[in-house]
Amino acid sequence: MVARTPSRKRRTRRTGARTGPVLLVATRKGAWILRGDRARRSWSPDGPHFLGQIIHHLVLDPRDGRTLLAAASTGHLGPTLFRSSTLGRTWTEARRPPAFPKAGDGGTGRSVDHTFWLTPGHPSEPGSWYAGTSPHGLFRSEDGGDSWEPVAGLDGSPRYREWMGGPQDGTPNGPKLHSVIVDPRDPAHLYLGMSSGGVHESTDAGASWRPLVDGMEVVEGFDRSNLAFHDPHCVRICPSRPDRLYQQNHCGIYRLDRPATRWKRIGRRMPKSVGDVGFPMVVHPRDADVAWVFPMDGTSVWPRTSPGGRPAAYTTRNGGRSWVRLDGGLPRRDAWWTVKRQAMAADGGEPVGLYVGTTQGEVWASRDEGRRFHCVARHLPEIYALEAGEPAA
Amino acid sequence: MKVLIPSPLRSYTGASEVDAEGDTLDAVLRDIDRRHPGLRFRMVDEQDRVRPHVRVFVDGEQVFDLGRRMGPGESVQIVQALSGG
Repeated sequence: MVARTPSRKRRTRRTGARTGPVLLVATRKGAWILRGDRARRSWSPDGPHFLGQIIHHLVLDPRDGRTLLAAASTGHLGPTLFRSSTLGRTWTEARRPPAFPKAGDGGTGRSVDHTFWLTPGHPSEPGSWYAGTSPHGLFRSEDGGDSWEPVAGLDGSPRYREWMGGPQDGTPNGPKLHSVIVDPRDPAHLYLGMSSGGVHESTDAGASWRPLVDGMEVVEGFDRSNLAFHDPHCVRICPSRPDRLYQQNHCGIYRLDRPATRWKRIGRRMPKSVGDVGFPMVVHPRDADVAWVFPMDGTSVWPRTSPGGRPAAYTTRNGGRSWVRLDGGLPRRDAWWTVKRQAMAADGGEPVGLYVGTTQGEVWASRDEGRRFHCVARHLPEIYALEAGEPAA
Repeated sequence: MKVLIPSPLRSYTGASEVDAEGDTLDAVLRDIDRRHPGLRFRMVDEQDRVRPHVRVFVDGEQVFDLGRRMGPGESVQIVQALSGG
């Protein structure tokens, strides 16, 4: 592993946190924690945690800066969740991981294959978490992730069950419920995305849901009125302007400014040779006009590689009216990796630190909002998710 | 009765073989889970189906029905399926 980025004459300002950020790297074969110094120049690897287990998401609770949740499964065993209140020094398994209700006599119930997405609850609800699963399911914990219950307004809705499809629908590794978003102004206002299922909103803490797909395109030839054909890849809310959402979709990049309900495709301004297909999307913590994507090749059979073997992030600094390529420090050619939907993150520093984890097991970090990247870890397993967090001192 | 534990589940038991009691296979697995919490859900899903890559044998005979009655002197073997090479 590489633990240090090259020195630069111009020092990067501190993040403002009491300690440096941590990068939470979830991979196909375990998890690693990269602990950064305050300048975000040096990164100390801590791991592997759960070697050999598939870690789908590893998230730090921003409400206490200490609690970690890890969503785990293995090739042979069923899913579970692990919790740490010591920033990864010790782990405890959840007493009741996310699980669907038992079917009645004669019924065929669903079973959780894996938990795919973790979202800490609202700051006014300490200990609350949401989990999105494959197949599609939304779960809530009110005890710090120890026990989980289905959010009945989604799982119990026959209409939603129809849109969710079955285990064989959706993405190759199973349909994913992802992008669970809690409005920072209102704990009852939630958004979520479902691969093959669309974007949805609840204003009553999940008791009822409604689709939010106007303006979103679907694959040519399919009926966009059928929610099952909508494939959002990643939805983000802007912390500095929570009425603004960005979305990277199977069919382009979008922005939505509430209370409007129609998404605007802002990816049309991306270079035609690159296109606006990808998985991750990241927003600036303080400027709602700034966002980043990491495009992939979505042509022909969907190679899911960096277009042309030349990886790059793209940023907009004007809400999607224009895009700028950011490939400083990244391989200039013959690099066929890409970045999964949970594997790109921003920290809260000034300037913002931007991080990507690749399918080839590398972590690339930028201290200047993507202008220049440095490889800070390599030779890890395939990276499924990467989050940046600010630990308590 | 004796229950053979495969390596992926030994983080729960700390041993390759454990003791458990029950008059059905389901009762045996629930007894193991009481002694080693969390183990059962890793091998049996919420619909009480043995997970796809786990196999359960009683005295060498593969069993799919968790309701199978257990007789005196029988033993249980839990193994991970040979899947994926």
